[in-house]
Amino acid sequence: MEQFEITKIVDLDLFGHDISFTNSSLMMVLAFAVIVGYLLYAMRGRALVPTRLQSTAEVTYEYIAGMVKENIGEEGMKFFPWVFTIFIFILVLNIFGLIPGNFAVTSHIIVTFALAAMVWLVATFVGFWKHGVGYLRLFAPAGVPLWLMPIIIPIELTSYLIRPISHSVRLFANIMAGHTMLEVFAGFAVLLPWWGKIAPTGFMVAFTGLELLVAFLQAFIFTVLTCIYLNDAVNMHH
Amino acid sequence: MDPQAAKFIGAGLACFALIGAGIGIGNIFGNYLSGALRNPSAAASQFTNLLIGFALAEATGLFGLLIALIILYG
Repeated sequence: MEQFEITKIVDLDLFGHDISFTNSSLMMVLAFAVIVGYLLYAMRGRALVPTRLQSTAEVTYEYIAGMVKENIGEEGMKFFPWVFTIFIFILVLNIFGLIPGNFAVTSHIIVTFALAAMVWLVATFVGFWKHGVGYLRLFAPAGVPLWLMPIIIPIELTSYLIRPISHSVRLFANIMAGHTMLEVFAGFAVLLPWWGKIAPTGFMVAFTGLELLVAFLQAFIFTVLTCIYLNDAVNMHH
Repeated sequence: MDPQAAKFIGAGLACFALIGAGIGIGNIFGNYLSGALRNPSAAASQFTNLLIGFALAEATGLFGLLIALIILYG
């Protein structure tokens, strides 16, 4: 479909690898500029009694800080800047994608997979760094009878290895399915005679509202799962 | 059978996985709602768990959707 097509804006080549600046890269750079601009502009006053704009930035901060503290504990605040970046980056990309004519970066699995693989690698690295070989106990939960271990360990190992895939596919499939749905109904609105255009157009308006909810929800879920994976690595609670 | 037709039928069958995701998500939100109506004061504290359960239930169905996409475009 046309809305998912990647077009090159600037052709770049690095030792035979295609690293062209595409519309996808452009959206990411724009999202980065919007996030940094918004946070810097909102917090410029650093007032004790915040203005309305400053309080929106503070609410976002407090929200993610609360999530990190609740899921990982005080120790997890070391990871807070990273988790906050992931959340706001995905949220802004999702919302950008909803603006008609814009490219939805998170509807490409390679983008979400890169993010999820980064989360998985960091969590695994932190786990081994903190607990050494003992991190492998994550796959053999305490309190399970010994004769069940040959079954439990492969299941736990598979569910651990599949995390980057399920983590990335969730975000990608939700955004892609939503945008495809909007396009299908837009197609109805174009094809039908004037009296038939009302219902699909009304549905699209309602569905865009739902997509806004999904955009936030998926960014939130991605972040919550990042916290949970980090919690596994930091505290090894099962 | 025409291989192209078999491909489309296979992709359609793979989407059946989403039935399970639908049942699971409905179950989670329905049970959360009935629990929240019985004890509204505990509802807010379980909201994160609700979303985790929702995400896990959805993931299993989305694997099927992914298979369908791989069959169609892979």
